[in-house]
Amino acid sequence: MGAELPTREPARTVTTIPPVPGVAKSDPILTVSSLHRRFGGLVAVDVEHLEVERNRITALIGPNGAGKTTLFNLLTGFDHPDRGEWRFDGRSLHRMPAYAVARTGLVRTFQLTKALARMTVLDNMMLAASGQRGERLRNSLFANVWRAQERVLRSRAVDLLERFGLAQMRDDYAGTLSGGQRKLLEIARALMAEPRMLLLDEPTAGVNPALVQSILQHVKSLRDEGMTILFVEHDMDVVMGISDWVVCMTEGWIIAEGVPASIVANEAVIDAYLGARRAEGTR
Amino acid sequence: MDIVGVLADAMRTAVGPIAAAYAIAGIGLNLQFGYTGLLNFGHVAFMLVGAYGTAITVDDGGPLWLGILVGMGAAILLGLLFGLPTLRLRADYLAIVTIAAAEVLRIVVRGGGESSFTHGVFGIQRFANSFFDANPIPGGDYGIGRLSFTQRGLWVLAVGWSVVALTAVLVALIARSPWGRILRAIREDEDAARSLGKNTFVVKLQSLVVGGAIASLAGTLLAIDRQDVRPDTYLPIVTFAIYTMVILGGPATRLGPILGAIVYWFILQFTDSFLREAIDAGWIPTSIISADDIAPVRFALVGLGLMLLMIFRPQGMFGRREEVLIDGR
Ligand SMILES: Nc1ncnc2c1ncn2[C@@H]1O[C@H](COP(=O)(O)OP(=O)(O)OP(=O)(O)O)[C@@H](O)[C@H]1O
Ligand SMILES: [Mg+2]
Repeated sequence: MGAELPTREPARTVTTIPPVPGVAKSDPILTVSSLHRRFGGLVAVDVEHLEVERNRITALIGPNGAGKTTLFNLLTGFDHPDRGEWRFDGRSLHRMPAYAVARTGLVRTFQLTKALARMTVLDNMMLAASGQRGERLRNSLFANVWRAQERVLRSRAVDLLERFGLAQMRDDYAGTLSGGQRKLLEIARALMAEPRMLLLDEPTAGVNPALVQSILQHVKSLRDEGMTILFVEHDMDVVMGISDWVVCMTEGWIIAEGVPASIVANEAVIDAYLGARRAEGTR
Repeated sequence: MDIVGVLADAMRTAVGPIAAAYAIAGIGLNLQFGYTGLLNFGHVAFMLVGAYGTAITVDDGGPLWLGILVGMGAAILLGLLFGLPTLRLRADYLAIVTIAAAEVLRIVVRGGGESSFTHGVFGIQRFANSFFDANPIPGGDYGIGRLSFTQRGLWVLAVGWSVVALTAVLVALIARSPWGRILRAIREDEDAARSLGKNTFVVKLQSLVVGGAIASLAGTLLAIDRQDVRPDTYLPIVTFAIYTMVILGGPATRLGPILGAIVYWFILQFTDSFLREAIDAGWIPTSIISADDIAPVRFALVGLGLMLLMIFRPQGMFGRREEVLIDGR
C-alpha cells in the first residue's frame, strides 16, 4: 500500500494551520483552484481554493445539495467543470477521463453503492486490481500469460476481504450482500486498486452502528498506513471521532475549514448546517 | 399424419446450415449483449458485410478465402463505425445508431442497379464454387432413416458447425479472462468499472468489433450455402431472431447461443411441418388456419414459447437462476 511514513501525531501538525477557507497546507496531496460547475441556473460547485493534506483524514460536511458529490464527480473525472484546475500530487487532472484519474491513484466510492451485483464478491475485488496483463484482449486468450498474476491477485483480494470481514462471502454474488456489506465491499474493492488517496462518499450511510465502527477503524488504520482520505459524512459524531481536518460546504462554497473542534464552534457552520440539524432535534 | 417425417424435417433444420449460421451470429451477439450488455440492434449488418464481402471479392475474381477475410475486415470497420461515435454516450445511443445504420446499409446495397458492384436487388450468385469443389466427401446421401443429407449439404454442415465450435471456444476463452471480467463489470455498472481504472470505452469497442467479426462469418456461411446474396435477406427481423435465440439459450452462457439456435429452428420447422400435415389430414379446418397462414402462425407459437420461457425459466435454458433473482440495486 502507501509509502512508509514516519509516525507522526497527525492532529498536532494540522492544528498549527489556521482555520480559514482555502488555507494552504504544509504537504497538500490535492490542490483545487477556481473549480466551477453550474447546472442550468444552479451553481453546484464554486470552490475558490482547497488543499487536502497528505496522510490525513479530511471530512467534507455540508447540508444536502451542498455540492459534495458533485465536487467528487469533478475531481475524479465523472463530471466536467465549466472552469477550474486541480492537481493530484502535482499532476493536473483537468480533462482526464475517469479511468485515467483512478490510475493516478485517486480512487472514489459512490454515495449509492455500486456493487457489481451479478459478479461474485471475489470477482468484484479482482476486477479492481491495476496493471493486469490479462486485461489486454490479445493476452486474454492465453491463460499462461496471466494465470500466475491472477493467483497473486486472488490471495491479495482474499486478504483484503478477510480484513473487512467479507472473506466467507467471497463466492457469493455481490448482489446478495446487505447494504452495509456492500459499503464495506466497495471500500475493500477501492483498496484493491492500490490508491494513494481515497474519496469516500458517505461510507457509513445506511450502515448499522457496529459496522460503522468497523468502517471507521478501517479508515483510521488506512491513514496510519500512509493513505490520504477525503470523506463525505453527515454524522457529526463520526466526523468528530476520526477526522484530522474538516471542510464545510454550502451551496457549492467552502464556508469553513479547520480542525474538528474549531468547526463545531464556527458561526457560519452552525448557521448553515449544525443549526439546521439542531432545529430538527437530531443533535 | 406422418409424425416421423415431421420430426425428421424439424431435426434436419435444427442442425442445418442456417441454424449453424445463426448459432455463429448468436455467439457474436452473446459477447456483445450477453457478456458486455451492449444493445446492438444492427447485428444483421455484420452478417450482411460478411456475405457481401465474400461475394463481391469472388465476383471480382478474388479467391474465396480472401473474400472471407474481406468480409471480416468490413465487419471490423463497421464495428468501429457503430461504436466510436456512440460508446462514450449513454447506452441507448448504440441501440438507435445500430438499428438505423443496419437498415440504411441494406437499403444502400439494394439501391444500386444491376451494374453496381452489389448488383442491387438481383444480388450475386454462384461465387462459392471453389468451396464446393473442395468437398472431400464422396457422393451419395448420408444420414439415419428419414434424417439424411446430401454430400453437398454435409460438407456445408461440417464446415459450418466447425466454425460454430471454434468461435464458441474462442469466446469462452476470452470471456473467462480478466478482459472478460471487465466485460461483465461493464454490464453490471460501467461507472464502477471506470472508477477502478478500467478504460471501458476501449473494452466496449473491442467487444463490439470481435462480436461483429464473428457475425460476419455467419453471413459468409449463409451466403456460401445458398450461393446467393441478396439485400432482402438482411432484414432487421434477423437481428431480433438472433436475440431470441441468445435469450432462449441463456445470455452470457457458453452453450446458450448454440442450443438457442438449434431449439429455435427446431420449433419453427416443427410447427411448420406439423401444421401443414394437420391441415392436409383435415385435423385443422382450413377455415381456421389455411396453408398460407402457417408462416405467421409458427412465429406466433415461437413468441408464445418465449413468453412461457420468460415466465418459468427467465434465465434461459443454460442461465443460472440465482443471477436472475438478484436485483441490481
Ligand atoms: N446532474 C445534475 N443535473 C442537475 N443538477 C444537479 C446534477 N447533479 C447535482 N445537481 C444539483 O447540484 C446540487 C448539488 O448536488 P450534490 O449531489 O453534489 O449534493 P450533495 O452535497 O452531495 O448532497 P447530499 O448530501 O444530499 O448527497 C444539488 O442542488 C443538485 O440538485
Ligand atoms: Mg452527495
